[in-house]
Amino acid sequence: MDISFKQVSYIYQPNSPFEHQALKEIDFSIKSGTFVAIVGHTGSGKSTLIQHLNGLIRPTKGEINIGDFTLKANEKTANIKDLRRQVGVVFQYPEHQLFEETIEKDIGFGPKNFGVSDEEIKQRIPQVLEAVNLSPELLSRSPFDLSGGQMRRVAIAGVLAMEPRVLVLDEPTAGLDPKGQQEIMDMFKELHTRKQLTTILVTHSMEDALKYADYVIILDHGQKYMEGTPAEVFVQKEALQRVQLDMPEIIQFIQSFEQRFGLTLRYKGQSIEGLAQEINQLLKEEVRADG
Amino acid sequence: MNSDQVEFRNVSFRYNDEQPWVLNNVSFSIKSDEWVAIIGHNGSGKSTIAKLINGLIFPDQGEIFVNGIKVTADTVWDVRKQVGMVFQNPDNQFVGTTVKDDVAFGLENRGVERSEMIKRINASLAAVRMSDYIMHEPHRLSGGQKQRVAIAGVLAVQPHLIILDEATAMLDPKGRTEILTTVYDVKQNHQLNLITITHDLNEIIHADRVIVMNNGEIWTETSPRALFMEEEGLREIGLDIPFIAKLANELNKQSLTLTKQPINQKELLDELWTFHLNK
Repeated sequence: MDISFKQVSYIYQPNSPFEHQALKEIDFSIKSGTFVAIVGHTGSGKSTLIQHLNGLIRPTKGEINIGDFTLKANEKTANIKDLRRQVGVVFQYPEHQLFEETIEKDIGFGPKNFGVSDEEIKQRIPQVLEAVNLSPELLSRSPFDLSGGQMRRVAIAGVLAMEPRVLVLDEPTAGLDPKGQQEIMDMFKELHTRKQLTTILVTHSMEDALKYADYVIILDHGQKYMEGTPAEVFVQKEALQRVQLDMPEIIQFIQSFEQRFGLTLRYKGQSIEGLAQEINQLLKEEVRADG
Repeated sequence: MNSDQVEFRNVSFRYNDEQPWVLNNVSFSIKSDEWVAIIGHNGSGKSTIAKLINGLIFPDQGEIFVNGIKVTADTVWDVRKQVGMVFQNPDNQFVGTTVKDDVAFGLENRGVERSEMIKRINASLAAVRMSDYIMHEPHRLSGGQKQRVAIAGVLAVQPHLIILDEATAMLDPKGRTEILTTVYDVKQNHQLNLITITHDLNEIIHADRVIVMNNGEIWTETSPRALFMEEEGLREIGLDIPFIAKLANELNKQSLTLTKQPINQKELLDELWTFHLNK
């Protein structure tokens, strides 16, 4: 689904001593099927922004279009339940929202709530279990007997079971170990491609944004600060530093190397192995040229 | 004085008799003034170590000493006076209705004088860049902001030992670096011990020593620099070395032999520069 924000502002607790403007005149549009990373430091408005995407909050000003749905200030959105079925949100630490007696019931809870038949749910469960890499033998167990990483997979399976068209991921790998992080992100990327989803990833990790996203939006103090492809955005060292963000490590290294050696390397999506080969080559050529 | 601040002697622990050991015969000691990083994958037993140190749980076998005191149900309050902990989930550690009250809580419990209290609250909030939020309600802060307030609360009581149990997991990269730097500064200035529990190997670079946990046992105890050469082994136990270390290892494979394992970008560039000059 195409998503667009037009001059969207959001103010928490307006007209109170705690009034806080979390979003300020945000404008952007995302084409259906894009994998977007929303990046910004803590408090930049990322979480507020994504709460709009399934209508948990409505803009204080401005307008949001998600497919055929419209969200506006002071105006109830028609078919909000439909919107919520199509926009699946994986919140931070989604395992904290598990509550059912069995894993099967927990995964089925979302779709059931949206009126999906028991039969249909039974068909979907094996698919989502496979997607999140959990064994069907676990279905009758309590979700609370699982490890943290497995609980997160169950919670994600519950969102996937609604078969959303848009997947919103708020720091989905927080607290997982590196192996768990990579497995979960690879899974989302695979789903994104296979099901032609529109995916919105909120992350602190420039590395993940670089690796997985087609498009990056950077927020700062509730405003859109930069947008573009990772290769466009992440090479702008000074601009990133101004909002306390780092470049991804590989780009950082490449720029420092170029500066120090006066040679050209350039980031072009190469692997670490590829980069090592290039450096080796460059330095050896240098030696030959000097000799 | 360079006595052992924390000592584990053959410690084993499990949550109940039917479950496997979470820690299995673990022994190590941490000296006064040392920064030790404990790393391991989820479920490797690293957080259990933190809970055992300040007596949230007690070992089934073996003994634990904190600053010479054996940790038991009777001594636990004395032990906790010396240990400041910041946990992974900031939502579980708030008591105050404002940020200021929350940081004040630990100080009030210790009967710190009002003027000193105000000084410490301001200083510790400034250290974590949360001064602007002093009158905010903690539950309305974002995850990272909450965690910074929790860290401020611990900094304010100035304990001998600070344990950060994956406390930086939810912060943005700059915030993470700044918190670690801040905690390190406090450690230097106050002669305290630091234990950072993490699975992010970028966070262990400044530690004096690293204890790597795997399935409830100590996999290795070494320096960060030496550990970064163990890329394959670490990957097998669910850990990942920093980018610079990976690149260095790849360069080594390419007959571009480095003289030592670099722990940051500058060291790697220096190595390459030397290589470049010597040829």
